[in-house]
Order: sequence, then structure tokens, then C-alpha cells
Amino acid sequence: MGIGWYLVVSALIFAIGLAGVLIRRNPLVILLCLELMLNAANLALIAFARLHGGEDGQIFALIVMVVAACEVTVGLGLIVAIYRRNLPVDVDELNELSG
Amino acid sequence: MSAVLFFLAAIGALSGALGVVMIRNPFYSVLALVFHLICLAALFLLLRAEFVAAAQVIVYAGAVMVLYVFVVAYVGGSDEPVRAGGHPLRILGPLFALAVAIELCIAMLGTALKGISGKGAPYITGFGTPGQIGKLFLTTYLFPFEVASLLLLVAAIGAVMLARRRRGLGPDEQLERVLATPRSSYTGTMAEGAGARGAPAGERS
Repeated sequence: MGIGWYLVVSALIFAIGLAGVLIRRNPLVILLCLELMLNAANLALIAFARLHGGEDGQIFALIVMVVAACEVTVGLGLIVAIYRRNLPVDVDELNELSG
Repeated sequence: MSAVLFFLAAIGALSGALGVVMIRNPFYSVLALVFHLICLAALFLLLRAEFVAAAQVIVYAGAVMVLYVFVVAYVGGSDEPVRAGGHPLRILGPLFALAVAIELCIAMLGTALKGISGKGAPYITGFGTPGQIGKLFLTTYLFPFEVASLLLLVAAIGAVMLARRRRGLGPDEQLERVLATPRSSYTGTMAEGAGARGAPAGERS
């Protein structure tokens, strides 16, 4: 299979994740959609690593996975803190900072 | 053979991604994401990235998703109510995403990169194996490796600080109300022994 096919799949996954971030309101699902977008970027990175025959893109993908794990930990910590304070777990209700 | 595997894995990854967005119950969204990640690991294997595929399955589909499942079980994976009346984002969001997808496809397929329709560059034996990745991490990319470990440490401490149980009372809680939790009589508490409470008022000597 050509490398272009992998890039098309990666673009579609990124767009699906973007749509999810825009239309879902549960912060848990929004975090999941962020994961989708990061994974799409990972797939593109690995496809380009294969295209050039070097492993640098794979290293980059591993670092992206580390950053994604950190983001998930902090995001889930925030969601648990929101839940403990009996605030609604819904991004449209949590708009106190929007002025 | 590789084309069949590619299409199976790509369809699985795309349907898993759609499932994450479409399914109302967050718990099933997490399970759809696990499916998506495993299909993506198959795509990584097709691209000769063995170590990344293994890390994807173990770290992502294993550890991170367990974290998600625990938080969904704690917060309560309730179905979100369907909003009455269309929010503008609910209509504009998919359109915007479609525009981004088309634009990305045009940018990627209309590029002048020569090898993009080929199978990729020739690679040496051991391309993408744990040994090769480890060698790169400990020689060329030593600094990003250390920074990544520091970032993980900071994230772990930050998550514990954010989600910890706060000590002390809330602003509206009076100490007496907290101490006056209903407790059955004659259970031998210290407050009962001091005569503060416990025995009903009529029986107190």
C-alpha cells in the first residue's frame, strides 16, 4: 500500500476527532476525541518515518504518546475535582471564566 | 495480503473513531477508543514500527484506557441529554471537520513528494525494533527522553494535587453539624462515655 493511503486515514481520523471536540459536551468524551487527534498525528508521523526510512518519526510518535498520557492524567484529575465539587460535568455549564 | 490487512485495520480504526464521537454513553466511547487503538497498532505494524505498536497496545490500550474506565465509573457514565433545539456548533462542527478533512487530503495527495505513492524507502534490518529505538533514545535523543520522564513526573504529581480530597471543612459547614453525625446509642464512643451524647435524654443519669 502506498504511504498516501495511510496519510488519508490519518487525515480522516483527525477530522473525526475535531468534530467530536466541537459537538460533544461531556469533558470525558472531549478528552477521548483529543486522543483521537493525537493518534492521527502519530499515524502521520510513523507513515513519514516509513517514507524516509529513518526512525526519527517513530521517536517523535513515542514522545507524543508520553505527552498524551500526561494530558490525560491532568485532564482526568480535573474532571474528578469538578465532580467532587458537585459541579455539572458538562463544558457548556462550566462557563464561569467566559465573563 | 498487506492491502487486505491495511483495509481491515483502516476500516476498524475509522469506525472506532466514529464510535467514540457518536456513542452517547461515555463508557462505550472508551471501549470504542480501545478498539480504535488496537486497529491503529495494526497499521503501525504494517508501517514496520514494531516497538511503537507494542507501546500503543500496552501503554495506551492498556494503562491509559484503564484510567479512563475508572474515572467514567467514578463520575458516572450517564447519557448526556439531547439538547432541545440545535446549538449552532452541532451543525457547524461536522461541516467544519469535513472541510478540514478535504483540505488535509488535498494537501497530502496533491503534494510534490515523490515517494508518497510508493511503499516507502528501503530500510535496514531491524528497522523499528526495540533495540534500534532504544539505541536512538539513549544516544541521539537522550535529552527529549529525559525531558519526557520529567514531564511524566510533573503530570503525576499534578494529577494527585488536583484530584486529592481536600482536608478541612467547606465554607458553609459548621463544626457542630459535622460532629453530630447520627451514630447509634450505646456503641461505646468517647463522646458517649463523657456524657456528651449517645444515651437518649430520658435515660441519662
